[in-house]
This record gives sequence, C-alpha cells and structure tokens, in this order.
Amino acid sequence: MNELLFLIAFPLLIAVLLLLVPRDSIRDVLVTGSAAVLGIVSLYVLYGYFNRNTVMFDIPTEPWGNVMTIIELLLAVYILYLGVKHRKSFTIALIVLQAGLLLWYEFFLKPGMHPENNLFIDQFSIIMALIIGIIGSLICVFALGYMKTFHHHHPEVRDRRNLFFFILFVFLSAMFGLVFANNLAWILFFWEITTICSFILIGYSETEEATNNAFLALSMNLLGGVAFVGALIFLAITDPSGKSLMLDYLLSSGQAIALVPAVLISFAGITKSALMPFSSWLVGAMVAPTPVSALLHSSTMVKAGVYIIVRFAPVLSGTIEGLIIALVGGVTFLLASFIAISQTNAKKVLAYSTIANLGLIVACAGVGTFNLVWVAILLIVFHAVAKSLLFLCVGTVEHRIGSRNIEDMSGLIGRMPKIAVMMFVGMAGMFLAPFGMVISKWAAIEAFIQSPFGLIFIAILAFGGSATVFYWSKWMGKIISVTRQPEVVENSVTKEKWAVLYILTALVIICALIFPLISAVLIEPFVMNIYGQTTLLPLANLTIMILMMGLLLFMPFTMLLYRTAPKHTGPYMAGRPTDGHAFAGSIGISREVVLSNYYMDRYFGEDKIFMIGAATGWGLLLFAGTLLVGVIL
Amino acid sequence: MIPDLTVRVGAALLYIILAPLVGGLVVGIDRKVTARMQGRVGPPVLQPFYDVLKLFEKENLVVATAQNYYVLSYLVFMAVAGALFFSGGDMLLVIFAFTLSHIFLVLGAYNSFSPYSHIGAERELIQIIAYEPMIILTAVGMYMVTKTFYVGEIATSTIPIIMYLPGIFIGYLIVLTIKLRKSPFDLSTSHHAHQEIVKGVTTDFTGPNLAIIEISHWYEYVFLLGVVYLFFAFNPFIAIAAIIVAYFVEILIDNTTSRVKWQLTLRTAWIIAGTLCLVNLGVLYYLQGVLTL
Amino acid sequence: MTYLTKSPWIVHYDCSSCNGCDIEVLAALTPVYDVERFGIINTGNPKHADIFLVTGSVNEQNKPVLKNIYEQIPEPKVVVAIGICATSGGIFRECYNVQGGIDKVIPVDVYVPGCAARPESIIDGVVTALGILAKKRQAMQEGGSTTPAKAGEGR
Repeated sequence: MNELLFLIAFPLLIAVLLLLVPRDSIRDVLVTGSAAVLGIVSLYVLYGYFNRNTVMFDIPTEPWGNVMTIIELLLAVYILYLGVKHRKSFTIALIVLQAGLLLWYEFFLKPGMHPENNLFIDQFSIIMALIIGIIGSLICVFALGYMKTFHHHHPEVRDRRNLFFFILFVFLSAMFGLVFANNLAWILFFWEITTICSFILIGYSETEEATNNAFLALSMNLLGGVAFVGALIFLAITDPSGKSLMLDYLLSSGQAIALVPAVLISFAGITKSALMPFSSWLVGAMVAPTPVSALLHSSTMVKAGVYIIVRFAPVLSGTIEGLIIALVGGVTFLLASFIAISQTNAKKVLAYSTIANLGLIVACAGVGTFNLVWVAILLIVFHAVAKSLLFLCVGTVEHRIGSRNIEDMSGLIGRMPKIAVMMFVGMAGMFLAPFGMVISKWAAIEAFIQSPFGLIFIAILAFGGSATVFYWSKWMGKIISVTRQPEVVENSVTKEKWAVLYILTALVIICALIFPLISAVLIEPFVMNIYGQTTLLPLANLTIMILMMGLLLFMPFTMLLYRTAPKHTGPYMAGRPTDGHAFAGSIGISREVVLSNYYMDRYFGEDKIFMIGAATGWGLLLFAGTLLVGVIL
Repeated sequence: MIPDLTVRVGAALLYIILAPLVGGLVVGIDRKVTARMQGRVGPPVLQPFYDVLKLFEKENLVVATAQNYYVLSYLVFMAVAGALFFSGGDMLLVIFAFTLSHIFLVLGAYNSFSPYSHIGAERELIQIIAYEPMIILTAVGMYMVTKTFYVGEIATSTIPIIMYLPGIFIGYLIVLTIKLRKSPFDLSTSHHAHQEIVKGVTTDFTGPNLAIIEISHWYEYVFLLGVVYLFFAFNPFIAIAAIIVAYFVEILIDNTTSRVKWQLTLRTAWIIAGTLCLVNLGVLYYLQGVLTL
Repeated sequence: MTYLTKSPWIVHYDCSSCNGCDIEVLAALTPVYDVERFGIINTGNPKHADIFLVTGSVNEQNKPVLKNIYEQIPEPKVVVAIGICATSGGIFRECYNVQGGIDKVIPVDVYVPGCAARPESIIDGVVTALGILAKKRQAMQEGGSTTPAKAGEGR
C-alpha cells in the first residue's frame, strides 16, 4: 500500500519543490532523480503485485475526501476567473453546472455514504502505472532539454518553466491516483486534475491560438466531467449506502445497476480520449510544447479515458449502449485514419493517429468480449511506447530543421541519421508486422469475428488499417530518401535527450519481443479475473512472430555485405540532371527536384471527413443518450 | 487437422525452392499467351529465367547503398509470407507479412530521390491500400465458412468455399489484377514491354536488385494463386482448373483494357470490390444467424 | 555461357533524328518483326538496359543527355548507332551546332548505316551487338573495365 501512496505523493512533493526552485541546474537534478525513482518504484510495484490479482486498500475516506472537495472547488473558482477573463461563456456555463452538481453531491448526497477500500491495485493498474512511471518520467527528463531549446527558439514566450514542471509532476501524481483509485469520487477528482493540467500546458505559450485551444480542450473535457458527476449523483441516489461508488463493487453488481453510470462515464471517457465529435480539442492541443503532446496527449492522459472505458467493458458488453460506444470508437478509427492521410503537419498526423488508435481501443472495449479487452490493453501498451517515441523525435527534428512539416523532413536520414532511424522504428511500431500495433490489429480481427456485429468492426479495421499503412509509409519514405543535404544537424542534441530516445526505441522493440510475457503475466490474469476465461495465444504463431522480429532486426546487417560500396550513380532524371538532384532546364537554368507526397486532400480532406465524423458521432451519442434516459425512467 | 511440424516445415521449404520455378514458368506462359493474343510469336517460355539470370550477370549500379537492403528485405519477407501460407499458417499473419514485404519495396523506391521512383512508390502505396482490405476480407470470409484462419485447415476443408463466397471471389479477382500488375491497374510498375512513367517503383534498380524484385514477384504470384486454390480447395482438380481459368481471364483483361488513373483504381477496389465483399459477408452473416451452417 | 544474348533489353534514345530511324526501330517491335521472340524488350529506362540504340546526330543540346543515359546503363553494355546521322552526322554533319556522329561523345560498338535504317538491318545490328556484349561480359569476368578510357578519342 505504501508504494501506491508513495507514487501519488512523491511526484506531488517534487512538483512543489520544482515550483519553488527557479534554477536550471537544481531542476535538472530534481527531475532526473525523481524520474529514476518513479521508474524504479513502478517496477517495484510490478514485482510486488503482479501475481496477486486485485488487492484492496482501506484508506480512510476522510479527511481526504474533504480535501479533494476543497481543491475541486478552488479549481472551479480559478477556471471561473479565467473564463470570465477570457470571456469564454461556454466554459463558464459548464464549470458553473459542474460545480453546482458537485456541491449538491457533496452536501446532500455524500454525507451518510461510507465507501471503503478507496485504493486498489490489479494487473491493469500495474500496466498503467508502468506506462506513467516509466514513459511518463522519461518524457519529463526529455522535457528538461526540450524546454531550454524551446525558450531559446521562442524568446517571445514567457519563461515559466517552474510552472511547467510543477504541472507535469502534478499531472503524474494525478495519473497514478487515477489508476489506483477505487472510489469513483476520487477518480473524478484526479480526472479533473488532469483536465486542468492539460488546460494549463496547452495554453503555456500564451498566444491567442494556444489560449483558445486550451479553452476548447477545457470545455470539452468539462462536458465529460459533467457526465462523470452525473454518474456519481445517479449512484448516490440509487444506492445511498455509497457502496456502489466503489469501482469493484459497481462492476460486479451487474448491468441493471451499473449500465447508466457506465455509459455516463464512458461518455466522459470519450471526451477525454478525444473521439470523433470531440477530436478537435486534441488536434488543437498540438500547439503545446512537444513533451506535453507526448505525455498528456498520446501516452497517458488520453489513455485515462480509454482506461475507464476498458474498466467498464464487462458492463457495456452485449448492450446496445456498449455497441454504440464501440461504434463511436470504430467510426473515429476509420475517419481519423483517413484524415491523417491528408495532413502535412507531422504533429497533426501523430494527433490523428492517436485519435484513431484511441477509437480502436474504445471499439474493442465497447463490444467488450474477453478477447477484445485483452486486445484493448495490448493496444494501450504498444501505442504508449511507440507514440511517445515519435512525438519526442518530431519535437527534436522540429528544433533542428525549424519545421514540423513532413515535406521538410525529406532526406532526414542524411541530416539526422540517428533520429531518423528512431522515427523509423517508432513508425514501424505503429503499423508494421511483427511490431505491436499489428499484433493487436490481428488479434482484434480474430476477436471481432466471434462477437455480435463484429463484421462492421472488421470492415472498419480493414479499411482504416490500410489508410494507416498509407500515411505511415509515405512519411517513412520521405525520411529515408537520399537527398543531397549531408550536413548532420543532430549533434547539438543533448545527452539526456539521447538517453531518453534510446530507451524508448529499445522499449518499442523489446515490447514487440516480450509481448507474450506481458500478456501472460499481466493481461491474461486480468482478463481471466474478470471474465473467467482468457485469450490464449497460439504458441506456433508466437514463435513465428518472434522469428520474424529476429529476421527484421537481422536484415539491416545485410548492408555490411555491401560495405565495399557498389558503383553509385545518380537517380534517373530523364537524362537531364545537372548534378544528381536538379534538372537542367532550358537556357541554362537548373531546376532543383522537389518531391511531394500524395495527400489526396480532395478525398480525405480534414474539414470534409471531420464533418462526417462529428455528425455520426453526435448522432450515435444522442441515440445512446435517448436510450439511457429510457433506462433511467 | 493441422499437419505435424515436419510436414509444415517441408511444405515451407518446398515453396521456397519451387515457387520461383513455378512463378517464372507462369510468367513465361503469360508472356507467350499475351504475344499470341497480339498476333505475335512471343519469347520462349523460359524467357523470364533468362532475364533474371542475365540481370544477375549485370553490374549493380545503385543510387544509395541502402537500396540493396530494402530489395533483399522485400524478397525475404515475400518468401516468408508465402512459406507461412504454404505451411498452413495463420492467414492474417500471412497478409501482414505480405504487406510488410511490399512496404520494403516502396521504401526502396523512395530511397533514391528520383521523381520517377517517387511517383512509382506513391502509386504502389495506393495499390497496397486498394487491395489490402479485400485480402483481409477474403480471409475473414474464409473464416466464416470454415471457422478457421489456418490455411492448412482451410485447404483440407471439404466445404465448397466458392459456393458461399462468390462475391468475395470476384472481389479477389479484381484486386488480383492489381497484384499481378496487369492492365488496367498496372500503375506502379508493369510487366512485359509495358511502360509506366519510366518503370515506376523499379526505375532506379539495376541488375541483381532488379532480378531480386523479379524473383519476389514470382513468389508473390504463387502465393496469390494459392489463395485462388483455397476457394476451390474441396476438389484439387477443380481448384487447379480454376487457377488456370482465373489467370487466363487476367491475361485477357490485361490485353483488352487500357490503364486507368489511380483514382479509378482506388474506387474500383474499395467501392466495387469492397461492396461485393461486404455484401457477401453480410449475407453470410445473416444466413449463419438464421440457418446454422 | 552468358544469358545476356538471350535477353538483351534495349533503351532507345533519339538524339536529333528526323524520326525516320525511330519509326523503323519501333517497327521492329511490331508483330511483323516481333523482336520479343529473341527476348528483346524496349525498356525505356537506361538502368534496366543492356543495349543502347541511338538515332540521329549529336548536338550541343543533347550531348549531356546522351552521356548521362550512357553512364546510367550498368555494365556490360553496348551502343548501337542507328542510321547514317548517328554514325557520322549524315547530311547534318556540317551544321553549325552538330558535333557529328554519336561516337564523338560515347564509344560506339555497332554502326547501322542507312537513311532510314531498315528494321532488318537494325535487328542485324542488334544481333551483332549481342556478340560484342558476350565478349564484354567475358572481359568483365576476367576483370577490368570494358569501357574505353575516353569516348570518341581520335575520330
């Protein structure tokens, strides 16, 4: 139990220290040291709890519950102040509504409820804790160097790095709290903290665009927060004893009781994970510094949304509401993958790919058979690792070449060879066999085919999956093309950044190699625990996957065969090159070759597809809402 | 039903050794038949082998050394995909390995910063996204009929799969045209004496590398025709006849149509073939609910 | 034994021909002559080719092009000059911008004169080139380059 409390309290302590310490050198030591501590402790948690299934901890509800209430109300006042300052009436309305509901809950419903076992841990929590503890803290270390360069490149932005790191560590603490909390009220508290962390970090640069996008993110997340509070109130009214506020009790109490809160909380999860009608906030959040995008908007915070939906998967399974939520996820996967084809901005491609994968996870969780829950958790793991690597690489590249446009990354392999190889590995991790995401896609097809209405999802997977192949491959191609820009510009990347990037690259490969182990130790027991049956991987296929991985890792060594370089020549240029990469034009003009990828804007344009997605998403959600009202009445 | 390990490894090895021979022969016959359709005599049936052996005698002229790696990986993973297929492995795994190998070809083309290779690479990618969903849906359809993804079990099943999956079969033939690089969908590179924006993806490969690409195509052909076999697996004779007819139809299409734009390729593959597949699957799904298959 | 002679692939370049010879080159691909019988393919890409067919005389504008295409053909390779213009410059020989035959720029192995060269003689020229190709292959195996040090020296 102490480990869990430590993981929640320690980052908070560090956060306060970081807020007070303005010096770079001390901050470097503090962040690096505490990152190491967090990583080690989360591994220790894995060691201590991996074979113990669900362990409950009876933490007294008070005074913590009251402390949380006070903090929540203070934050509400703060947001209200900001909302008034920036004249965001929608945000004001939402925060007033949420605070009102919360006050009602606190003063009229909560007294008399005595939930126990406020904290717990099981294999799924361990997985999330590992992601937060290892990947999250690695990103914090990376942010040290990144933010120095960031302020160097953007002198117009106010240097508020102590605030920045304060928020990062508060966020880590809240994430740990969220995955260990068993009391829904506590989950809501941590949930709101992450929302506000995200809000502050998106608005970090204080430009008009950043502020607007921050408020967009805030309002959409608050909308989810209102639904979450609604779930609490519903539970408090239906069960005044407060027992059903306990996640474990609620999940085991059957669909009759749990369905309404499950759908409400899933709605909150959908807003947090930026699925289709709400995807715009995540895309807008890309204005934040890259480590923020890596930490909050790909590997951890948005995972909180899918985390809670996966938790409720057994409740949603087999219901029409669950199917609708799955469809929202599926439609998001398909359409976000299409939109990603049309994007030239690297961070936006990453954002849409994130949205797509979150959609896929929700699709799995919404249908909610045991196989699909297994797939969903596997997706969470692989996506967190590969996507954080990609974000950090893009951030590094952006600082060196001064652009986040994919078209400007052509020939990156010559200019930043190591980063390019890392991006290559990261992208392979996102869509190529035998890396993680494809394993999940494969398992998802096999699982969907056995579930009701699975055919819809298989079609979505087949078409969305091939769109995924398209946008990653063309980006990969851009990176590896050999242009004449041999000047290496990656030498100024600092050592700690390299360390982070190396570790993440290794993690992508290691995860693909040891995923059977991850599955056997953590995911399968978790699924077994809930469903009484679990996915068993056929051994033969596993062997083949690992052999393929070995082959893939071996193939680059065949380059050694050609060390006595074969004869080189320029690319074919219809016989009119001047010096390899330019055409000789008329009257002695030399035209540089400019190659651009296909973006198919006419077919996969953002506006058009998003319109379709938002309409479908709202339609589905309203349908689910109508059904829910029917259930409540 | 799954044959034991030695049989499976044996089948895989047999594929790795024999597939280039069979594939080369198929291409040779293809060229001969094509020539006859055009009123020509045509090259000897063994011509593809002469071509490849010749290419190995040539100098390896590269734009970037890494090209060799991509091309070799293309061959290796194509052989892996085919070997997995013929050893009775999981159909989905085969498809993913198949995609992986094509990505290597595309990357090899991107690697040389040439406008012609580049267009070829983009078009090859469009072809990949055009055919990949259909092949996955084909596997799914076979699963719905035979309740297994294992090629070994599908091939030994006595169910006449084609009776249940006529739509998927036509859809598969449409994407087969793309995969065999035949007109009207030979966008990224083409066979025989056809040309497409110089030579598409293969523009910047010379000698041995081109030979390796050619051999990979042979591996690919045998695998693709193997999938046709599965539709008729209940009777090997009918199956082999079906392969011959299917291939002949492809040659006929090749010689009677002209090349289309990529937009139309994508639309044909996604809308026409996709609808055929999905309607077929939907009907099957519905019937399985009503009648228990 | 070499397979080069069984599968000679051609790239055809029109230097500054009047198109007379070009039409005859393409005529050789038609069903009447059907050079694919001998495994000959018109590739349109120097990087795939073994035999370089050139028509027309060379001038200042296309000299670098001719050279570039020649350099992009992997060894072993042969050059066939088709028609009298490619051989010596023909009637354009004295033009102010014409350099003469293509052997001023690249080494030529076979000359097929004629105005225009007939398909039969073109095929004959290619067949002759095959013999040279085989020899060059042999020389390559024994080591050493097959290309003369400098093109068009002394002509």
